[in-house]
Amino acid sequence: MSFLPQLIFLIILSAASFFLIKRVKFLRRNILLGKAETRNDQPDKRWKTMLLVALGQQKMFKRFIPAFLHFFVYVGFLVINLEVLEFVLDGIFGTHRLFAPFLGGAYVAAMNFFEFLAVMVLISCVIFLIRRNVVKVPRFTKPEMKGWPAMDGNLILCIEIVLMMAILKMNAADQILASRGVGHYIVVGDLFFSGLLHPIFDDMSTEFLIFIERAAWWFHIVGILAFAIYVTYSKHLHIFLAFPNTWYSNLKPKGEMSTMPAVTNEVNMMLGIPTDAPADPPAEIGRFGAKDINDLSWINVMNAYSCTECGRCTSECPANLTGKKLSPRKIMMDVRDRAEEVGKSLDAGGKGLEDGKSLLGDYITKEELNACTSCNACVEACPVNIDPLAIILEMRRYVAMEESGTPAQWNAMFQNMETSFAPWKFSPQDRFNWAEKVKEEEIPD
Amino acid sequence: MSTYKVPTMAEMAGKGESPEVLFWVGCAGSFDERYKAVTQAFVKILNKVGVSFAVLGPEEACTGDPARRAGNEFLFQMQAVANIQVMNGYNIKKVVTACPHCFNTIKNEYPALGGNYDVIHHSQFLQQLINDGKVALKGGGEFKGKKITFHDSCYLGRGNDVYEAPRDVIKALDVELVEMKRCKTKGLCCGAGGAQMFKEPEPGKKDINVERTEEALATGASTIAVGCPFCLTMMTDGVKNKEKEAEVKVYDLAEMIAKDMGI
Repeated sequence: MSFLPQLIFLIILSAASFFLIKRVKFLRRNILLGKAETRNDQPDKRWKTMLLVALGQQKMFKRFIPAFLHFFVYVGFLVINLEVLEFVLDGIFGTHRLFAPFLGGAYVAAMNFFEFLAVMVLISCVIFLIRRNVVKVPRFTKPEMKGWPAMDGNLILCIEIVLMMAILKMNAADQILASRGVGHYIVVGDLFFSGLLHPIFDDMSTEFLIFIERAAWWFHIVGILAFAIYVTYSKHLHIFLAFPNTWYSNLKPKGEMSTMPAVTNEVNMMLGIPTDAPADPPAEIGRFGAKDINDLSWINVMNAYSCTECGRCTSECPANLTGKKLSPRKIMMDVRDRAEEVGKSLDAGGKGLEDGKSLLGDYITKEELNACTSCNACVEACPVNIDPLAIILEMRRYVAMEESGTPAQWNAMFQNMETSFAPWKFSPQDRFNWAEKVKEEEIPD
Repeated sequence: MSTYKVPTMAEMAGKGESPEVLFWVGCAGSFDERYKAVTQAFVKILNKVGVSFAVLGPEEACTGDPARRAGNEFLFQMQAVANIQVMNGYNIKKVVTACPHCFNTIKNEYPALGGNYDVIHHSQFLQQLINDGKVALKGGGEFKGKKITFHDSCYLGRGNDVYEAPRDVIKALDVELVEMKRCKTKGLCCGAGGAQMFKEPEPGKKDINVERTEEALATGASTIAVGCPFCLTMMTDGVKNKEKEAEVKVYDLAEMIAKDMGI
């Protein structure tokens, strides 16, 4: 027996693991370009949110059809990975269907279930391709989806279809070989779905079938390893990041904006209110608001990497629905793309954040930021609890406080508030005039 | 017969009294010509029911919400800290307001700056009054049996998860509550939030309030009920834009209850 296949397998597995670890480190570093933020309160609620929203797909089911199809792809991914464990062990030890003798009847049942899932994944992915490319569901054809993002989505679906076909083809060839009593092939039992493929293979020679079975086996396992690496370059990272992303969800009321303590200290000093702040404030207080990714929190950047560009946010955004430039999905894609750009530059010994570019201006325009009504529709819509609004508001803070770049009408509103304590130009003395009329009215019985 | 009373905190403090609840009127409630009617309707209800309340009157200032959403955190905190000093000075414990933006800001954002109050929106307050039997609705008023749709305000609904209180108030009027296609968690914004109220919209194909008004009109409702001063303005403008102001009215919840009570 030749050990060559095992050796080749081990080399491929090691190389894949090496690249994967390198990629994970790269992504982790990019996410941590964001500012430190501690969000560990209420762990019980956090675990529960993760279980419901990520594991339980709770928010996906707000739209039933895509949720139903996605559910099969999701369960298929989780469950078929159990079979991948057998693949990897078979590859290392040079065995074939290592688990079959131990599991007996349960193995046939498991294999049939895997095949059922593989078929459902396949069907779902075909429907998803049709939705994207034939039906052209509007949220998949928005401007930010042109080019690579559309290609990325289609590639992922095609890879999944091909991988699932490989499993079915492998099982079909495998079982015909077993029924012919060839070598180490084991009769597993009736496999319903791959059994449907038997007529295609029945007339083929044993040698050719062995070739097909082996080719499908290698294609599937190498394909999965390659896909794992591909995922780290794609929008598909949500399969892993959905879990930490939902754990670190914002648990406060959605309407609440975070307070800026640095501003509080200054306001208190101006109003002569004693403050808890140290007498000597740090020599350099950072920027107010966010101009670039390092002004955002690492959770904002993780949000961006968790985004799978489904566009549910954008399809519910009132600004986007009425033709404004703002698209919450684009905000997330821009944050991720900028983090990628800075990360790559740093790795190449480049200038990183100091490259003369920034998230504001080079990626996101003021027109987009100014179109937001802060209505939280995007936050509510996101199946993995991404918060585009937090980023938009943080960037508005930079525009207002560092650039004084807010629209003229907002500047007028600021001025009114400073002088008349109302956003409109009314005299503060008139604030209580509304009561005069009602105070004269008699209360009916 | 006596007239309606609108005591201020200063007057009450002068007499050594303190009310159960502060009615936070807000800027629209104080200055907006149309929306002042909502403020008046709400104080009439408070008078009629005999709730011990007071307002800040000239001592009230903008909560700072639009400044904060427009990015001006300095201005927001200046407003907020000044308001908190006034409210803490009067030892205020409970606040009711008809404006979801004021509600959200005082409830969620003032605590970080030292202002801790029990804050409720007037829809919740009215719901309590109805549930406690303090507001006896006649149910035979001008809304009886009519189709009414409720427009969720973002800062009440998604912002603070208040969806049922306003609906309970409407249902108490013995009307047919019809929902828009996008309602509750999926409710579409009127277009005014995030300081949009104070500037022209960015370039686009359509105004958000027109989009939302079309959806409200599609329900066939004769009244669009709202619980927010900005929504009231935006939906009223939307109805005018669609030239439906003769058939379809936009009312705040407090106005509807006051009408039913005959005040």
